[in-house]
Amino acid sequence: MMSLTRRYRFCASHRLHTDRLSEDENRQVYGKCNNAFGHGHDYILEVTVRGPLDEATGRVASVGRLDRLVQEHVLKAFDCKNLNEEVEEFSRLVPTSENLAEVVLGRLAENWQNAADSAWPALERVRLQETGRNSFEAYAKEGHYS
Amino acid sequence: MLITRKAEFSASHVCRRGDWSDEQNRAVYGDESNPHGHGHNFVVEVTLEGDTHAVTGMVFDLKKLKDILSREVVAPFDHRFLNREVEPFDRVIPTPENIAAVIWQRVAPHFEGSEVRLHRVRLYEGEDLFVDCFGAQP
Repeated sequence: MMSLTRRYRFCASHRLHTDRLSEDENRQVYGKCNNAFGHGHDYILEVTVRGPLDEATGRVASVGRLDRLVQEHVLKAFDCKNLNEEVEEFSRLVPTSENLAEVVLGRLAENWQNAADSAWPALERVRLQETGRNSFEAYAKEGHYS
Repeated sequence: MLITRKAEFSASHVCRRGDWSDEQNRAVYGDESNPHGHGHNFVVEVTLEGDTHAVTGMVFDLKKLKDILSREVVAPFDHRFLNREVEPFDRVIPTPENIAAVIWQRVAPHFEGSEVRLHRVRLYEGEDLFVDCFGAQP
């Protein structure tokens, strides 16, 4: 078994705020990320897949296919967007990077089977870097998305 | 305890099978199948697992690890056309996965019977793709 990780980039804006907390509590919990007008980041997204090395091709995954899947189901929906206003999941979830990583993992998992054939590897991990100083990792459940 | 040492090499390669059509090669390897070759700045990270020595406070001498990487990876691979100049890539397609597996094969014997175990070979092909190899590949 080997794993392959591919790195992608997207930029998006968000505001961290929940109606379940008061204005004061929001400011306390989210700090400057609670700024009413929002703000943005250049996100770096890593997607890791895991599978056996195919002897015929010398690959564990078709990188082109992985790129198309991520482009279609993640980057197209998130890049240069306002996450709160334009991404459906964030009408009910606060777009923290923890939630964003889970949403990316969920979107990929949902469409993983559609791309499946015998040579398609398992989805293992999503790592999201919000800035150079913080990153968030979400792991697929064992065998769940393979 | 895990310890990691990094080394870099720049090399050219082609990912294509001679017994496949251009279309098949393009479908599997994309632009990497250009028969004229192209190059990358590869980065290899080798991670060893072992216990910290009570006297030296070290898991393994990183100078030794650096020398092993220089001898087994950088010297033979750096500024080479892998398919044409480096064994076994005349017959093994130098995908990042296979390059990582070959590095594992070349490096692993140095730690056999020693106090450390080779844990992982990570190979970056440029900044946006890396593979992790955790053992000898069949």
